[in-house]
Amino acid sequence: MNSLQIFSIRPRKGILWAFLVALTLAAAVLSLWNGSVQLSFSQVLDTLTGKDTVSTASHIVLYSRLPRTCAAMSAGLALAVAGAVIQTVLENPLASPNVIGVNSGAGFAVALLCAIAPTAQSYAPVAAFGGALTGVLLINGLSRRTGASRMTVVLAGIAVSALFSAGIDAVITLVPEALNGISDFRIGGFSGVTMTGLAPAVLLILPCLLLVLSLSGQMDILRLGKDTARSLGLSVGAVRLILLVLSAALAGAAVSFCGLIGFVGLIVPHTMRRLFGEESLPLLLSCALGGACFVTLCDLLSRVLFAPFELPVGIVLAFAGAPFFLWLLFRQRGGRTWSD
Amino acid sequence: MVRLKDLTAGYGKRPVIQGVTLEFAPGKVTVLSGPNGSGKSTLLKAALGLLPLLSGEVLYDDVDIRHLKRRQIARKAAFLTQSRNTPSIQALPMVLHGRFPWLTYPRHYDRKDYAMARHAMEATDTLRHETANVSHLSGGERQGVYLAMALAQDTLTLFMDEPAAWLDINHQLRMMQTAHALAESGKAVVLVLHDIPLALREADRIAVLKEGRLLSFDTPDAVYRSGILEQVFDVGLHRADTPHGPQYYCTPKER
Repeated sequence: MNSLQIFSIRPRKGILWAFLVALTLAAAVLSLWNGSVQLSFSQVLDTLTGKDTVSTASHIVLYSRLPRTCAAMSAGLALAVAGAVIQTVLENPLASPNVIGVNSGAGFAVALLCAIAPTAQSYAPVAAFGGALTGVLLINGLSRRTGASRMTVVLAGIAVSALFSAGIDAVITLVPEALNGISDFRIGGFSGVTMTGLAPAVLLILPCLLLVLSLSGQMDILRLGKDTARSLGLSVGAVRLILLVLSAALAGAAVSFCGLIGFVGLIVPHTMRRLFGEESLPLLLSCALGGACFVTLCDLLSRVLFAPFELPVGIVLAFAGAPFFLWLLFRQRGGRTWSD
Repeated sequence: MVRLKDLTAGYGKRPVIQGVTLEFAPGKVTVLSGPNGSGKSTLLKAALGLLPLLSGEVLYDDVDIRHLKRRQIARKAAFLTQSRNTPSIQALPMVLHGRFPWLTYPRHYDRKDYAMARHAMEATDTLRHETANVSHLSGGERQGVYLAMALAQDTLTLFMDEPAAWLDINHQLRMMQTAHALAESGKAVVLVLHDIPLALREADRIAVLKEGRLLSFDTPDAVYRSGILEQVFDVGLHRADTPHGPQYYCTPKER
């Protein structure tokens, strides 16, 4: 009778957790080790332990692979957790940051900032947060005001998303050089990411992740439905708003340095829900790990598949993620899904 | 104790219940009865502070509900809703959520919370489903788990919106037995029932609503004699004395 029961850890789950943690670590190591230039494992290790700071190898590790690995991990983590939160708050399994206009809102804000004030790029995470927040509050307002059905929310999200995407395209057409700092903005990618460029976003992502984790109990209550949650003493409106703001910050921060990576926010939460169950704390933790792991591995593939040429990671994400997700859906057909 | 004084409430500006004065006494099973759309569910929600009040008062131990925080209300009254989304979650963690209003920072369920959750599951005969997924349980078992969650909330008053709907007869009768046991333990049990004969047989007090107004609030015997239920539901209502006490049945109204 201890707190572990909340996690409902069973032997099978224990193995799953161990596997997920190991896979995430392996993804990080592989991502530092492999790329278009072959490095030996000891070269990477020497750089990371500070023994070697002068060789070409150490420069590749420090200024290319380390920022890239950090970027992929934090983007995956942020988008997957944001997706899990948004799905819970909107009570809608189809919702995810890219579907309901959060990513494109953030993207539009970043594009606008870069076009208007090219020197102020370090404020990109703030602008992205503002854009993402606008998107998420717009959808939330619409769904509350109209008492909208799940379908209406998603349709409204698609409309908002299209609006912001058109805004991004307009900015890029009018000021083609605006987003030169972020490669493949519309597909999403990590090439050219630097530690200094990444820092503000990571500083936003980590506290938001901790806050979301600290609200996992409230998320569990929220999932019982509005009336039950309120009768249990939860201020439903306030908690929903806080969670949406946090998820906007997470998704916005990610978009600010990696562009419009979609899909992670939808498939990682659904995958983790099937593997680890729906209780919020294990779900959020597994989404953080799974998102980081998945995006890092996809980024690795994008670098090594056609080396020395590189695919934008967004393409690899879709090629790797979609079949896996479909397989998962088919394998569990007949089983109950979240939306039943 | 929860009391309603001249209460008017509804959705937006449109009042659904008007001028209702009612009290839910501890130790009694109070049944709310009335045709569809008469405001039974609205009355429950207003009493729980889930709807804005248009006028009148809801008093919790003589304190106006408008001065109470949601968590304070949740420590005094629990609510078994009618419509719900059943999350995919094990029964025991679900019932533990009933302890939520009592948690203080950092909101961690402790040994006592687990004990109370298990105790509540014993009371609703669901402890054997402790580790089962709630969404895989039958309707009756699931209702038992939800009731256990409300019991774990450890409140003086318990509001239930049509707890017997969709249940088979065995579970319906057991639900009423549990309601009585809870009332005997000192709780004020308030439930909405559609089944008039069941309500007359089981209730200590019946409140009859029609079009948002309270027409009668009395013992089943007095309500039966007044003929108000026949009027409100537009049916014939009859009583027969049987070895199992008085039983009630309805017939179509003669025209």
